Amino acid sequence: MALKGNLRDFSITQLLNLVSVARKTGTLTVDRSPEQISVSFRDGKLSYARDGADGIGLTMVLYRARKLNAAQVRAINERAGEMSDKELGLLLINSNYLSQQEILSSLQAHYIELLNRLFTWGEGPFHFENDVLPPIDKIAVRISLENLIIEGTRKVRERDLLLDEIPSLEMALKFSERPGINLRNLNLSVDEWKVISFINPKNTIHQIGRATNKTDFEIRRIVYSFLQAGLVELVRPEGAPIPPLPPRITAPTVNKTEQKSLVFRIISRIRSL
Amino acid sequence: MQTVKMVVTGPFNAGKTEFIRSVSEIDIVSTERKISSDAERVKEQTTVAMDFGRISIDENLVLYLFGTPGQRRFDFMWEILSEGMLGFIVMVDSSRPETFREARNILETFRAYAPTPYVVAANKQDHEDAWEVDDMRIALRLSPSVKLLPCVAKDKETVKTVLLELLYSILEEMENSEVGSTLDKHAD
Repeated sequence: MALKGNLRDFSITQLLNLVSVARKTGTLTVDRSPEQISVSFRDGKLSYARDGADGIGLTMVLYRARKLNAAQVRAINERAGEMSDKELGLLLINSNYLSQQEILSSLQAHYIELLNRLFTWGEGPFHFENDVLPPIDKIAVRISLENLIIEGTRKVRERDLLLDEIPSLEMALKFSERPGINLRNLNLSVDEWKVISFINPKNTIHQIGRATNKTDFEIRRIVYSFLQAGLVELVRPEGAPIPPLPPRITAPTVNKTEQKSLVFRIISRIRSL
Repeated sequence: MQTVKMVVTGPFNAGKTEFIRSVSEIDIVSTERKISSDAERVKEQTTVAMDFGRISIDENLVLYLFGTPGQRRFDFMWEILSEGMLGFIVMVDSSRPETFREARNILETFRAYAPTPYVVAANKQDHEDAWEVDDMRIALRLSPSVKLLPCVAKDKETVKTVLLELLYSILEEMENSEVGSTLDKHAD
């Protein structure tokens, strides 16, 4: 019987620990609609990972790892579009395009990135199928899980901190009114500049994340760094309906004059203490 | 006899009980139990229900100061305690920056409960490790309009200052709402 559950109740850290300690062979699939990530293990080590039903092929992995440029990808697709990853890998090595090490390290980085993404998922149904191995035409690796688990646990802590600081992505951002800040003097990454360009009280953080192709975790992390630096503030998005408030607790209803008199009396008494 | 209420809130061990004790004319009423968790073993006694202190204003008016329990597991009390309050004070231990985030969360929670004026008291300013108030304002991400006041809860004078500043804020809000309604009348 397959091992099943929900990440809400059994975390990815616990799952990976189980796989590692029990030296399991099989494939773990986690769903978080519309995303799905499958990770394969052999004898408790990370072997393969894919995003979605088919994953991306070796060509795209190498393109994203900047081992191939767009023109090379086009050429490969034209000449060797039907080849399996293993066949393509051999072709690239034999043609001196890339070394075996470059191909393997790119794949490892891709698989680890997918696994790390799981650490940012706080919930989602999972199932582990024993002895289900990656497709035979895919290139497998062998990566020990211990360091990945340690690094992943750090990400979970970071995610919890980010969720605490920015609980809702439906808030918007505005630039802080601090004198002396000149955005031109800031040392930001390309991704951070992209986010900066969308900062506007009309745009929710969620919308900015989608526009810049960032996951919830990634956009939270960037926004958190801006908040910490005092560059931006969280605001209610413009035009957003004010949510219905819970029954408000108000001070006892007396008329304004009486209220003010009451406060003056209290002030006078406190001064005399 | 009319009664009014102010709430003193803040993280565990911020000085809420001591604050109320400094000005209360009665011994503050609190239920004390031994600490069960090692993490909280920083003081001998802790408030597990709520503190309340009293200040008789005159023969017809009494001010009650309610202290919320500091531990998160008693946060269900906060909404009950904040009902009908004139305003609230958030106590922050200036020497424990690890509590600043929680203080901010508590502040946001109380602001959501009731739209009443509040002040933040930077307590334990007499400690060697106390942060400067200006630095705390930045760390707590308080806007310039929020009053952040230095405080030493055992010192009655600083406690009085915090209470008075809260009362001035309450008065200011009353006056602002009067001006607002006057303008509306003129607009009509």
